[in-house]
Amino acid sequence: MSSDLRIKLGRMELVNPIMAAAGCAGTGRELARFVDLARLGAVATKSVMLEPRAGRPSPRVAETPSGMLSSIGLQGPGIEVFLQRDLPWLLSRGGNAVVSIAGGSASEYAELARRLSEETGVAMIEVNLSCPNPADSGRDFTDDPAEAARVVHAVRSHTQSDIPVFAKLAPDVPDLVGLATACAEARADGLSMVNTMRGMAIDPATLRPAVAGGLAGLSGPAIRPIAVGCVYRVHAALPDVPIIGMGGVRTGTDVLEFMAAGATAVAVGTVNFADPSACARILREFEESTESRGVVRVGDLVGAAHRPHGAALGR
Amino acid sequence: MSDSGPVQMRSPVLTVRRVDAYHAITVVAPNIAERFRSGQFLAVAVGGEQSGLLLRRPFAIHDVKPDYGGTVEFLFSVRGAGTSWLAERRSRDLLDVVGPLGRPFPLPRDPVNCVLVGGGSGCAPLFPLAHALRRRGCRVDFVLGAATADRVCSAITARRVAETATFTTEDGSFGVRGRVTDPLGQVIEDARSDVAYACGPMGMLRAVTAVADAYEMPAQVSVEESMACGTGICMSCVVPVVGDDGITRMVRACVDGPVFRGERVRFDDVGTIPFDALGAPGWKAQTDGGRNAGREAG
Repeated sequence: MSSDLRIKLGRMELVNPIMAAAGCAGTGRELARFVDLARLGAVATKSVMLEPRAGRPSPRVAETPSGMLSSIGLQGPGIEVFLQRDLPWLLSRGGNAVVSIAGGSASEYAELARRLSEETGVAMIEVNLSCPNPADSGRDFTDDPAEAARVVHAVRSHTQSDIPVFAKLAPDVPDLVGLATACAEARADGLSMVNTMRGMAIDPATLRPAVAGGLAGLSGPAIRPIAVGCVYRVHAALPDVPIIGMGGVRTGTDVLEFMAAGATAVAVGTVNFADPSACARILREFEESTESRGVVRVGDLVGAAHRPHGAALGR
Repeated sequence: MSDSGPVQMRSPVLTVRRVDAYHAITVVAPNIAERFRSGQFLAVAVGGEQSGLLLRRPFAIHDVKPDYGGTVEFLFSVRGAGTSWLAERRSRDLLDVVGPLGRPFPLPRDPVNCVLVGGGSGCAPLFPLAHALRRRGCRVDFVLGAATADRVCSAITARRVAETATFTTEDGSFGVRGRVTDPLGQVIEDARSDVAYACGPMGMLRAVTAVADAYEMPAQVSVEESMACGTGICMSCVVPVVGDDGITRMVRACVDGPVFRGERVRFDDVGTIPFDALGAPGWKAQTDGGRNAGREAG
């Protein structure tokens, strides 16, 4: 018997827990050549900012063991073009649109949220907090729970009440649970975990950083155990806050792992670069594995790793 | 998902051979072969399904044949773990390939004289282009160069396909000592070339564009920019290119290219964000001390 794949992410219902992660699916257009976007739980669009942005110099990417470092610099067309061109296209393909936003101040984030609230079809706003905060000497918003909370509060205050706001957190912060708590107290409806973590590769030929930006974001299977650990810790501390888990998902089994750690939905990121049809394959693998386990509702898998050994799984 | 775009296939290897200093792999990939237009490329997964080598390797398509429903050949040099794994493949092994990717070379409507300029393995995409041009009644002249004789690609084929084929090597071991741009002007004059097509390193493309410009002829150049996905998602292969509206944008070599009009590519600014590019920080330098460089996947 097939499992019921529907899950509830706060007030939002997804047809299944598999999402495409922000920054790893463009605005859906490129991925749509390989995956039917309407079959996914949701598609998170690449972080959009108020103005067009050229991004960082190249080289922007370096391959690392089981992962990659990237420093793209949030290149994008800005909110105007996004609303005119990209969002309507994604919606026309039946994509469930999670819009990731990025800015340099709480007011920029708030303005983006206000603009998105005026549109129909925005299913969720994801607040990318891994952005330099000029008012905090360029540290990321995630580096200071109070700053992150200020941004989340500003976004929540300027977003229609029926659109959930999720805060996206980085794993390499001094106090992850404190940061997650601060975001939840600032009325985030849920958390996306995790963003990339800072790392570096040195080009042996030049003895200079392999990525032009120097430090870059590490992603891919290399960070999966870290990401699963982050989800587990935050779910243990805040069991009522829904989590979208991500970080190195490559197979349907990885989805199970994140859900058991406490994620309600799971986003597929870096593997889309390696395998453009990965989202469809992972959904298929996940379906097969829940069916073979006799899982009735996949929602029952959430937090399974926190329950006593042998606790029933929806049988 | 569409009939015209790229497809992803697990393609059996038909042959693995050497072409001069390069390895050449031919895969059976009918869906890619039937969609292919010259100038397009493949993105090949390396290392096997459980490999820690995550990123695909992009390779220009060197040949397409109708055998077995359609085969596609690409050339490569062994440069690291990924290409070394590829070089060990044998007939009947499966390769996960995505293609055909990128914008093809635009072909002239009328029969005109075309000079095709290639550097090193950058010669690979010029061969299917030469065939396509010949089918349109165009005159084709080749200028192919490399550092050494064994890195000049498919010289015999070049001689067979083209009206003339001129070769250059930096060490003088084959053809003219020097670079492709040294004899290029003479070839253009002798052949009365109307258009140049080029593929190779950025510096070579810049030089070819300058020569074409001096003869007031257009140059179509295929850039070799490093890519992570090849499908347009990752935004890593950007190049500063001037649009029809005169505005410079950081465009993706994989989907907006790899073929561009030479005079539109800002070769001197490759690897940087020109201050006047759309969305460049320009007037306000972004100094975050590098501490937060790049961690913004989304």
